[in-house]
Amino acid sequence: MNKFVMDIREPTESVKLTRRHALGIGATLAGGALLIGCSPSAIGKMMGVGAKHDFGAFGPFIKVTSDGFVTVMSKHIEFGQGNHAGLAAIAAEEMDADWTKVRVEQSIANASVYANTSFGMQGTGGSSAISNSWMQLRNAGAAARAMFVQAAATTWGVPAKDITVKDGVVRYVAGGKEATFGELVPVAAKVTPPQKPILKDPKNFSLIGSDRVRRKDSAAKSSGTARFTQDVHLPNMLTAMVAHSPKFGSSVASFDASAAKQIAGVVDVFQIPSGVAVVAENTWAARKGRDALVVKWDDSKAEKRSSDEMRAEWTALAAGKAPSDSKLKWLAFQTKGEAAQTTSGTPAVDTTYDFPFLAHAPMEPMNCVAIVDGNSAKLIHGSQIPTLDQLNTAKIVGNLPGAIEVETLFAGGSFGRRANFQSDYVTECVHIAKHVGKGRPVKLVWTREDDMTGGYYRPLVHHAVRVTLDKDGYPATWRHRIVGPSLNKGSPLGSGGLDPSLVEGAKDSPYLKATPVVDGQAISPDINMPILWWRSVGATHTAFVMEHTIDQLAKKAGKDPVDYRRTLYKKAGAERHLAVLNLAAEKAGWGAPATAGFTRGIAVHESFGSVVAQVAEVKLVNGEPRVGRVVTAIDCGTAISPNQIAAQMEGGTCFGLSAALFGQITLKGGEVQQHNFDAYRVLRHNEAPHVETYIVASSNPPSGVGEPGTPVISAAVANALLAMGQPMTTSLPFVKT
Amino acid sequence: MTTMLNINGKDMPVQAAPDTPLLWVLRDELGLTGSKYGCGIAQCGACTVLADGQPIRSCSTPILALASAKITTIESLGGEHPLQVAWVKNDVPQCGYCQSGQLMSASALLAQTPKPTDEQIDAAMSGNICRCGTYQRIHAAIKEASGQAPVAAPPVAAKV
Ligand code: FES
Ligand code: FES
Repeated sequence: MNKFVMDIREPTESVKLTRRHALGIGATLAGGALLIGCSPSAIGKMMGVGAKHDFGAFGPFIKVTSDGFVTVMSKHIEFGQGNHAGLAAIAAEEMDADWTKVRVEQSIANASVYANTSFGMQGTGGSSAISNSWMQLRNAGAAARAMFVQAAATTWGVPAKDITVKDGVVRYVAGGKEATFGELVPVAAKVTPPQKPILKDPKNFSLIGSDRVRRKDSAAKSSGTARFTQDVHLPNMLTAMVAHSPKFGSSVASFDASAAKQIAGVVDVFQIPSGVAVVAENTWAARKGRDALVVKWDDSKAEKRSSDEMRAEWTALAAGKAPSDSKLKWLAFQTKGEAAQTTSGTPAVDTTYDFPFLAHAPMEPMNCVAIVDGNSAKLIHGSQIPTLDQLNTAKIVGNLPGAIEVETLFAGGSFGRRANFQSDYVTECVHIAKHVGKGRPVKLVWTREDDMTGGYYRPLVHHAVRVTLDKDGYPATWRHRIVGPSLNKGSPLGSGGLDPSLVEGAKDSPYLKATPVVDGQAISPDINMPILWWRSVGATHTAFVMEHTIDQLAKKAGKDPVDYRRTLYKKAGAERHLAVLNLAAEKAGWGAPATAGFTRGIAVHESFGSVVAQVAEVKLVNGEPRVGRVVTAIDCGTAISPNQIAAQMEGGTCFGLSAALFGQITLKGGEVQQHNFDAYRVLRHNEAPHVETYIVASSNPPSGVGEPGTPVISAAVANALLAMGQPMTTSLPFVKT
Repeated sequence: MTTMLNINGKDMPVQAAPDTPLLWVLRDELGLTGSKYGCGIAQCGACTVLADGQPIRSCSTPILALASAKITTIESLGGEHPLQVAWVKNDVPQCGYCQSGQLMSASALLAQTPKPTDEQIDAAMSGNICRCGTYQRIHAAIKEASGQAPVAAPPVAAKV
């Protein structure tokens, strides 16, 4: 048995995962500004194996075959964000490849070559797929292009500088010679790749930013042929379901499998760390077997509070009650001027805001296929952070992380759920496959109920905000308290400092920059249940608080919300905010009447390096807000695929609106009350807005797109309600059931 | 025990117990994995197939109820169905997991109502959840496949 012991929560001497690595991934996934890369050798050591794989002549990112097709290897999972097309376009642009002959393939797991350059592990998160790959794929594409040019120059005996490339065809115009990439592959593959390939002047981009950059997977996803984990069927495969405790933190006291074993098709029932597993010949048998199982749980260490009790506790803390645990401390995220001033004078806003737990509820419930034979293991699933899945699996089977094979498939959404430090459902599957052993494949299937009650929620968060205005009606003092559990707890980030994701969006707000006196503090009470980043993370609450507060302040000051923001952005030097604000206001016709029956609201927020402004038209239908037209302006740096940026604005808006209108997970006695979509209401077709997207022209490197479209709509709706004369919205969701 | 089902025009004997939901017979026994599992309680529509032209939730319909029905699944659309063409042209899918169900609901709608109004599309499609939020493009693609202009400005980004 290998001596390599891996515990990413308690790094030991033998583990080369340092706090630096962990900080990189934690901060980036959490949307913080801390971006720390790692050298490939450090990652190689951490993984226990070097890069032994032969990636071919054009390196790990590009393959060219004699049929002229260029295959771009994506180190990132595709679970809806459209990154595969964008990644391929970056390489294809520099290569001058024929876009119709460009394919995308999912790479293997190998952190020494495929690490996310912003967090040092292979993984997708923090809306970073395009931004962290930008220079990497430009360089890879440019190097491949140079190899084809050199191959042609050698073949034809002409100077390389006289050779041109367009749409996968290499030409020496003066000599009337041309050849395709496909024809030149045998020679090009022998050319030494340039160390520093010459990149295009972005002015000469012809593919990037054009409407030609469209998804490569639409046909497969419109015919039922795209392959998801749920679709994996291997010879001799068993299907597993697990009985989990209804409370978080419980363990199995005892179980009676006799009835379950009577179900036709049930093969075995056994205990694993997370519950009791039923393995069966097919999904329905596993389901019936699990239904027949009787499990007694030991709840002595379980979380037993209700969400109402937690909310009351968070509220009391914000109101000044001393924390019951003396280790809990208030930590400043921004302080300016005399803090005492923030509690004097007459406030224009003095309010609290409450945000519930939210489930990600991706369309494909969690699932995984694992094959374990001795200490070798293979995972087949929608792996969001393959490196973590390797580390956590290696620990169970007793092998080097780099030896764990991972085949990443399409996943039916994630929204953050598939990325967690514990690889929760992946390790559950590995435990089962290890018990089954002998290389027999096991597919773990979570039902929707497992998925919705299985934890990893956007945590319950409470804000308290008190603002006074100066004589001109702009913020003079701003007191801000944020109470919410830390996402870092139990992760390699430890539980010490402030979780940056709790305060992102408030800490860096241009409104606080424009306010002379600020006292901003946060505290993270303990919670004994899994919580996680949820599409746009801290911005899911901070954007609402900042943007809705600002509209109320504008109202108190008797100013138009757009003009009010303009002044503050100018004070703060927030030029990108100003640009998207102006663009959205102009395109929406701010100042002119809205669509008959609707009232407009505006909100602006920066997250993941991009700034989004939205003007939403809102009306009330049976007392519920209903959103019609939404004009969106985004500055996301260089736009790779305008079509997919628009798609992410549409989808992100729906995701944010769904949560704002209806989303809430509540606990009673520590147990989740919502088990399926009947109780956890989500946005449907007849409730969907119509989103128009406008992109600010920019020559900055690309920034995030997958998440920044999510957090803005909630405040835009609340601000429209305010404009209708409704009171401020101080808790979400809007629709309480 | 064998149950005879008619799926995509073919009679197929299946061995599953009669109370087994059609979805698991399609996916596990027949290898027709285009129809997806999303909720198991007729709430999300990911498992939608047609029985005699009517959309049904296969996750909640036991096969014993379908012995005399003509069942149609996403696999029967063939890839060139006008809805599929419009889906690809509009780049409707994101994660793609809900789309088989969306297409089956839409195909039932168009078979019965060749030129649906916005309200008819809303009514026919509101049983299908898309967590990625592709509703706007689904709506546009149904309009396009039925030879109608989209309601409002198309979802195309303008660079400014
Ligand atoms: S899986 Fe059948 S309706 Fe959701
Ligand atoms: S495309 Fe992802 S759920 Fe619809």
